[in-house]
Amino acid sequence: MPVTAKKYTIKINRELCKGCQFCMAFCPENVLAMKKAKAVVINPEKCTGCQLCELYCPDFAIEVEKKNE
Amino acid sequence: MFPYSKYLRTNRLPHIWCTGCGCGIILKAMLRAVDRSGIDRNTLIFVSGIGCSSRTPGYIDFDTLHTTHGRALAFATGIKLAKPEMKVIVLTGDGDACAIGGNHFIHAARRNLDLTVILYNNRIYGMTGGQPSPTTPYGEKGTTAPYGSIEPSFDVCRLAAAAGAVFVARSTCYHATQLDKLILKAMNIKGFSLVEILSPCPTYYAHLNRLGTSLDLLMGYKRNSIPVEKARRLDPSELKDKIVTGVIYKTERPEYFEEYHKLQQGITENGRLR
Ligand SMILES: Cc1ncc(C[n+]2csc(CCOP(=O)(O)OP(=O)(O)O)c2C)c(N)n1
Ligand code: SF4
Ligand code: SF4
Ligand code: SF4
Repeated sequence: MPVTAKKYTIKINRELCKGCQFCMAFCPENVLAMKKAKAVVINPEKCTGCQLCELYCPDFAIEVEKKNE
Repeated sequence: MFPYSKYLRTNRLPHIWCTGCGCGIILKAMLRAVDRSGIDRNTLIFVSGIGCSSRTPGYIDFDTLHTTHGRALAFATGIKLAKPEMKVIVLTGDGDACAIGGNHFIHAARRNLDLTVILYNNRIYGMTGGQPSPTTPYGEKGTTAPYGSIEPSFDVCRLAAAAGAVFVARSTCYHATQLDKLILKAMNIKGFSLVEILSPCPTYYAHLNRLGTSLDLLMGYKRNSIPVEKARRLDPSELKDKIVTGVIYKTERPEYFEEYHKLQQGITENGRLR
């Protein structure tokens, strides 16, 4: 059984996240959610690397990086 | 991933802005524009006045100047006269630029000073607790306008164009990637360039006017925006309460500092005016 490769790493800095929910709202793939007023990754395998979450985060709290193959 | 940290005083983070404040979105767009411009960061200087928006220079690793309320343009003029080779970017709020600093604003535009102005328009005085500003729409509330403002508001872009700016653009925090492009265009203009950016202030503006969350404000910008190319084909009545986005106005005129230095050279070379 091939395991779906996770191509992107989503880094959330909990110290900087203020819980505005922009990343969750703009993510087209339902990758992110809120837990205790901070962003968390719930469906990492669905991430397409579109970086909309990173674009709208006003707090430099979320970064999306392509993993080296 | 964009390397924002390359341009940040990371030890100053987290910034002071409230949850969902648009200032951070504008700051990021500005850093992307600066990166794309390829300008040597040592030739850039950022100047701000006072307000939440004017706190931006505190977080960026460039030469920066945080001045007094409404006076960013006056300080910027001095910098540019002393160091004409510097690229000067002014970061200001709607209160800072259009209320207390309104005179500096119109005269900087009239003189066509070579400055790039990024105006964060949250339609309220954020820092002092939500008083209405000259861009608060008629009828909307502020702490000192509990029944709704009875004053009409400025159209900042029309004001700047009428006063003499050579490049005038508008967008919103919803249109985050358009911001990079407009800021970059404005930076490449010789003369007074303005980018007005509608920015959510959830704490006062949205709260006092019961407009929901910051996200609701962003979605409102999406719904209510019309690209300028389309707006030009519409009747003015259809543009009521709409946000016209894009490059609103562009022209060419002699630039003040160039004229000033020409005059200065003329005098020093001949000992008198040519
Ligand atoms: C001379 C002077 N008058 C008044 C103030 C108080 N004050 C500080 S910020 C501000 C308004 C800021 O509004 P704006 O420029 O829209 O910025 P925002 O905080 O909304 O980003 C005022 C009136 C001051 N600091 N200095
Ligand atoms: S990069 Fe795109 S798909 Fe991945 S988490 Fe961010 S918004 Fe969602
Ligand atoms: S956009 Fe940024 S600050 Fe807002 S919830 Fe997501 S990670 Fe946190
Ligand atoms: S008061 Fe308004 S403008 Fe100031 S930081 Fe808070 S949300 Fe932003």
